[in-house]
Amino acid sequence: MKNIQRIGLFLFLVGLGLFTALIFIGDFKLDQQTFDQVVIEKNIKSELFIETLQNQVVDQSFNGMLAFGPKITSALATANATHRKNKEYKKIIYTKPHDMAALIGKKSGTGFIAENKGLMWWLTFGLGIIGSLLFIVPNVVLLGPKGIKNNGIYLENATNRGWIAWIVFFWLVAFYLVLYFRAEYAVNWTYLVDPISEALSGNPAGHWFVYGFMYCVVMVVMGIRMYIKYRHNKYQLIRTTSVLFFQIVFAFLIPEIMVRLQMPYYDFKNAFPLDYDFFFQWNLKSLINSGGIGIFILVWGIVLTLVVVPVMVYFFGKRWYCSWVCGCGGLAETLGDPYRQHSSKTLLSWRVERWLIHSVLVFAVGMTLMTLYSFFAETSTVLGIKTQTVQNVYSFLIGAVFAGVIGTGFYPIFGNRVWCRFGCPLAAYLGFVQRFKSRFRITTNGGQCISCGNCSTYCEQGIDVRAYAQKGANIVRSSCVGCGICSAVCPRGVLKLENGPLEGRINPKEVLLGNDVDLMELVNRK
Amino acid sequence: MEHIAIIGNGISGVTAARHIRKLSDKKITLISAETAHFFSRTALMYIYMGHMKYEHTKPYEDFFWKKNRIDLKQGFVSEVNTGEKQLIFADGSQLGYDKLIIASGSKPNKFGWPGQDLPGVQGLYSKQDLDMLEQNAPNNTVCKRAVIVGGGLIGIELAEMLVSRKIPVTFLVRESSFWNGVLPAGESALINEHIKEHHIDLRLGTNLVEIHADAQGKACAVTTAKGERIECNVVGLTAGVSPNIDFLKASDIDLGRGIKVNRFLETNVPDVYAIGDCAEQHEPIGNRRPIEAVWYTGRMMGETVAQTICGNRIEYKPGHWFNSAKFLDIEYQTYGWVFGEKGRPEYEKHFHWRHPKENICITVAYHAATKRFLGMNTFGIRMRHEIFDHWLTEERDVHHVMEYLKDANFDPEFYTTYESEILAAYNQEMGTSIRPKKKSWKRIFSHS
Repeated sequence: MKNIQRIGLFLFLVGLGLFTALIFIGDFKLDQQTFDQVVIEKNIKSELFIETLQNQVVDQSFNGMLAFGPKITSALATANATHRKNKEYKKIIYTKPHDMAALIGKKSGTGFIAENKGLMWWLTFGLGIIGSLLFIVPNVVLLGPKGIKNNGIYLENATNRGWIAWIVFFWLVAFYLVLYFRAEYAVNWTYLVDPISEALSGNPAGHWFVYGFMYCVVMVVMGIRMYIKYRHNKYQLIRTTSVLFFQIVFAFLIPEIMVRLQMPYYDFKNAFPLDYDFFFQWNLKSLINSGGIGIFILVWGIVLTLVVVPVMVYFFGKRWYCSWVCGCGGLAETLGDPYRQHSSKTLLSWRVERWLIHSVLVFAVGMTLMTLYSFFAETSTVLGIKTQTVQNVYSFLIGAVFAGVIGTGFYPIFGNRVWCRFGCPLAAYLGFVQRFKSRFRITTNGGQCISCGNCSTYCEQGIDVRAYAQKGANIVRSSCVGCGICSAVCPRGVLKLENGPLEGRINPKEVLLGNDVDLMELVNRK
Repeated sequence: MEHIAIIGNGISGVTAARHIRKLSDKKITLISAETAHFFSRTALMYIYMGHMKYEHTKPYEDFFWKKNRIDLKQGFVSEVNTGEKQLIFADGSQLGYDKLIIASGSKPNKFGWPGQDLPGVQGLYSKQDLDMLEQNAPNNTVCKRAVIVGGGLIGIELAEMLVSRKIPVTFLVRESSFWNGVLPAGESALINEHIKEHHIDLRLGTNLVEIHADAQGKACAVTTAKGERIECNVVGLTAGVSPNIDFLKASDIDLGRGIKVNRFLETNVPDVYAIGDCAEQHEPIGNRRPIEAVWYTGRMMGETVAQTICGNRIEYKPGHWFNSAKFLDIEYQTYGWVFGEKGRPEYEKHFHWRHPKENICITVAYHAATKRFLGMNTFGIRMRHEIFDHWLTEERDVHHVMEYLKDANFDPEFYTTYESEILAAYNQEMGTSIRPKKKSWKRIFSHS
């Protein structure tokens, strides 16, 4: 069994290594015909850019994106700078340099990688999946009888912030940096999944398709790990199935198929303000111009945020979204599960959390109000501030850096819910409803708590669950996503997630059940 | 300002300190020789198993003590001079007090076995014991086999700990079945099987005779009363605990097995109180033992003594008995009284149900004549403390409990429930035809 795991780990590392190497390798050659096409498609008016590329790139062979990409990004930057200086505003190219490099790069791939997409898929994704499964599945036997198996989590390098954790940290951060800011280096990855993308939407894959596909693959593989680890716990099994379903069907398949059907790309479960650009001008225009389906999406998006989300939180707590439906939550609950113990439980981090997450909510709502005002008043500024600038700042700081690079990259060091806990504006909004008007609570079972701390340690949201349980108080916290792990790891059966009447939901106690009834009466009534 | 000194920073002492602070402005000093801060003793096993680090076992952040003006003092009290109201520490320093609460806990039992003090032989109670285990049994190359002596809650925890590091374990249990002094036969049998399921070499009805030393003077083997010799590197002595009161031998405080206290947790010496594991009631309270070495009772005594110290003199009057434990993967809860074979009252009858495949069972105890519900043991099904507490207070009969059993289920959502099977078996055995009441949230939440 151990040997199977070793083989699995080896295969996984080979797959991952090759996948990583794809950033740097591969042949690129931009032929004249393709370049002419790009010029027409992108409506490029800058002779300077065209000329530079003609001289330096077209019909020349490049080895690796490191050689190819900078030619394009620098040509574009120089051209735009020159045009700005000469006030030739019509010649400025508004496609961002790295997007242009990715676009041209995608059309220029030649040689082994671009010509053997299926084989390359197997050597990267294929080996990664097979290797991981060989590593994970033997745990059915190795973990022994079913039950909570957290043995060694704080003794092992990977789950105790050792060097393996740091390598994973750097890899994830680098991956997200490429994805958000250097898309041209993801070009080789897009070839791997071209056949899948073409089968779904009819279009070749972009780097966001790679991400979407990879997201699903990672969630499924790590979901299988969840199924094995928590096989005694039906709540976890059903919840894992739910997040996998919503990710694969709602976040991945339906939007792709909608594109094939000439409809707008839309994830029906992605609620504003997590879906922060829902009210951006380009999106509203695209929806309004898409006929019936566009209007339906517009209405649904508004109803989802204003009605469906709060009503569901009232009945079930925010868990219905955060740990059953949401994509960010889905990744945190699968890929992030081995790191859940790293969420800080200090009072200080709770303070930081409240300031940060509510600031992001204010930012998101403020930006959206500006956006809507600009849209209806047909102006590009509000009180002298450019709406576009605010949107760009939000997209960069919150959308890319916080949600992506930090949100997932920091898993191995700061726990798996960094984004959900400190940044997600939707979570902040759901949190208000959960704290003040919801039937959901985690019930503490009388006086049974022994203060062991398993619940707090494994709370991914950094809630000091024990602080409530040892007082005999129910846990009612805006940040709780209802993952149910505190209840699962409790050795004494003290915690239960449940929905019940609002009355008596928040019930701090001085003296716990089991002691003298007169004393309890005396102290708790005060 | 009155100065309250508390010896021991376990759950009893800390609960007393917290409640005195809530009720008053008195100066409080919390003394411990074990650790600088309060930690959860019951969680020690999880540190060794790698579920948590020591920091995680501390229920309060370190700033808590200063913020609440509870002075922490690290030191070993070697003598208590009640006449002068002075504590004398091992380093010779002294500390005066106005009122003293002794919450010094327990120490592992040793029954005079030859070799019981050899290196490699240890109990599992304190943080120091845990550190020693980390030395003695860091992995299965240093410790090729461990022998555990004594089949109680700490014994099975120690076995689980060692197994988590793949160290082979031989588990010597004096009784004919695991913990059958407390558990009824069916439950005890279930745990026997589960221990073996974890590949622990369980030896029932086996007494320790001697622990042997190797050439370096370290424990290397044990012999049992059956004449077997078992080679090992570590011997865990887990045959129960007794009050940790040796430092009081020279004092005026009345001692029995523990510190003798009345129902107000007062010792014979004015202004000296004892709570938790180290306290011994003159008369047992109800079915309870005079010494209760349980987390929950320590906490309750702490809650109670704080009232007395702060001017509201109140008896220690615990409510209905409850307890819990976890045997490897099987959770156990008990509410009310369910006796094992030993010491079971004549009138106590049991209904026992066990799942045909899963490690799940319950035992319901009731009065043979009146059918009054006496208590319930539950293995692998979580039950609601509040509901059982009410049933016991209301003196419900066993039929009522079976009828409304669904209300008491505390398993996580979506778990398979077994109340119908349990009731079917009950009806068959008792010749009744009770139909289960549907779970009612209204009833459940009206109790809490």
